[in-house]
Amino acid sequence: MNAQTLGGRTQWLPHAVLLIGVFITAFPLYITFVASTLQPQDIAQLPMQMYPGSHFLDNYSTAFSKGSAGTYLSPPAMTLLLNSLIVALVVTFGKIAVSLISAYAVVFFRFPGRMIFFWMIFITLMLPVEVRILPTYQVVTDLKLINSYAGLTLPLIASATATLLFRQFFMTIPDELVEAAKIDGAGPLRFFKDVVVPLSRTNIAALFVILFIYGWNQYLWPLLITTSNSLDVIVVAIKKMIGTGAEPTDWHIVMSTTILALIPPVLVIIAMQKSFVKGLTDTEK
Amino acid sequence: MDRRVTFNNKLLPYLLLAPQLAVTLVFFFWPAGQAIQMSVMEQDAFGLSKTFVGLANFKELFADAEYLKTFWRTLIFSGAVAFCALVPALLFAVMAERIVRGATFYRTVLVLPYAIAPAVAGVLWLFMFNPSVGIVAYWLKKMGIDWNPKLDGNDAMILVVMAAAWKQISYNFLFFLAGLQSIPKALLEAASIDGAGEWRKFRTIVFPLLSPTTFFLLVVNIVYAFFDTFGIIDAVTSGGPAKATEVLVYKVYYDGVVALNLGTSSAQSVILMAIVILLTAIQFRYVEKKVHY
Repeated sequence: MNAQTLGGRTQWLPHAVLLIGVFITAFPLYITFVASTLQPQDIAQLPMQMYPGSHFLDNYSTAFSKGSAGTYLSPPAMTLLLNSLIVALVVTFGKIAVSLISAYAVVFFRFPGRMIFFWMIFITLMLPVEVRILPTYQVVTDLKLINSYAGLTLPLIASATATLLFRQFFMTIPDELVEAAKIDGAGPLRFFKDVVVPLSRTNIAALFVILFIYGWNQYLWPLLITTSNSLDVIVVAIKKMIGTGAEPTDWHIVMSTTILALIPPVLVIIAMQKSFVKGLTDTEK
Repeated sequence: MDRRVTFNNKLLPYLLLAPQLAVTLVFFFWPAGQAIQMSVMEQDAFGLSKTFVGLANFKELFADAEYLKTFWRTLIFSGAVAFCALVPALLFAVMAERIVRGATFYRTVLVLPYAIAPAVAGVLWLFMFNPSVGIVAYWLKKMGIDWNPKLDGNDAMILVVMAAAWKQISYNFLFFLAGLQSIPKALLEAASIDGAGEWRKFRTIVFPLLSPTTFFLLVVNIVYAFFDTFGIIDAVTSGGPAKATEVLVYKVYYDGVVALNLGTSSAQSVILMAIVILLTAIQFRYVEKKVHY
């Protein structure tokens, strides 16, 4: 179908429908942003105004360096963002590193138990945290990893999806390359470092986007594993800042913290859109 | 699936696999085994002794009207989320495929919700629909609609479904777009020459050719609604009011972590594992079809 047949008068409909889509997507974000620039009494004023107020700097600096004053004495967003960043980066790079080397072992070596190990990794796809909440929590308690970065990240580092993805890619590396490396006297580690990793760059970038978002957005696991507020990640803290009724909610601070919480993953997705789409479609195969 | 040329090394492959296997064994297999073991045990009130009770925990669950209700509620929730996330996504993808200018802009905005944490998405929707400060709640009241998700179970369910679907539209949109782009243009041109209108072309060519994508997305969306919406539900309703939004995953969490009922919580975990295995099996069977229609 060429552009001309669709051009002109029929073009308004797709744009109208897509603008509705943009509105549905952007409206909740816009309202949140507006509320993050208002004073508490302006937010309580019904209906809330629809354009940003003048308290942008006040609210964000309070959220960033002081936090919310409700029932839950939240650490400042600075601390929360740092915790989230540590968790997201450790989980992302941990998953990538661990999956790269295990896929390398499964594809480039022949050894007893190879397929058993491969299937063991594969089966973990079917055991998401959500279905083994309590026993995993028990294990982490037994290992004394409660309230630690290790407890927050280690259990999330195994990755069947990333291993499968790298395995699939490694199968396409031509045999001639391996033979050439062998003739040149390069060992398996050298081959990994000089050939396999550089060739995997686009796959690593694609996984980075997906895994960073996955790590940053973790909720149930950090909620279980941390009892000390100073280790809270930002996503968990926002939920705790919202009062259950007895105490009024500091909506202006909650809203500015919410905006702070969604900026990093949104930036990653926008900056690496190509990798994101590749990562999304590849990890589903 | 095997490479012809490989390296010879006795120890190295095991060392390379060790980190992944260690994490897998300690944090996946051990807990899963524990869940299965605990699901056939009963713990006394003080947590001092355990006795083997066979399938009693499962029998108790399936005899519990509350659990069966949660099961149905989860099915309704998942169906509603899948429907509300698939239909608009398909519509947007079909429209995005037609436009010439602005495609990048629309795509960039429409994929944003994917990056937002479920719990944060929940907070965005909670705020808009909050009966005391929410702008949309205010509009609803102006229109004479009695809206209060804090008291009314149906309102609460509608709210979590909307928040969950909002987040998932991005994903579906990208997959539908990829599916649409792989439909041969010659087919559509031939239909145009034969005088078929847009709607007829969609119904007789586009939709049938997209059906593998649609089916694959349906399974993915149900998995998402089952397991990845915990954050949304916890942030928006905490399963309430009066358990109106308590789905299976939320119940496992609540019974195990809040009510500390280890036996039934573990039995529920085992049932959930069976559901994941079933859904994953369906998903993998149909991936083949997705690649070559």
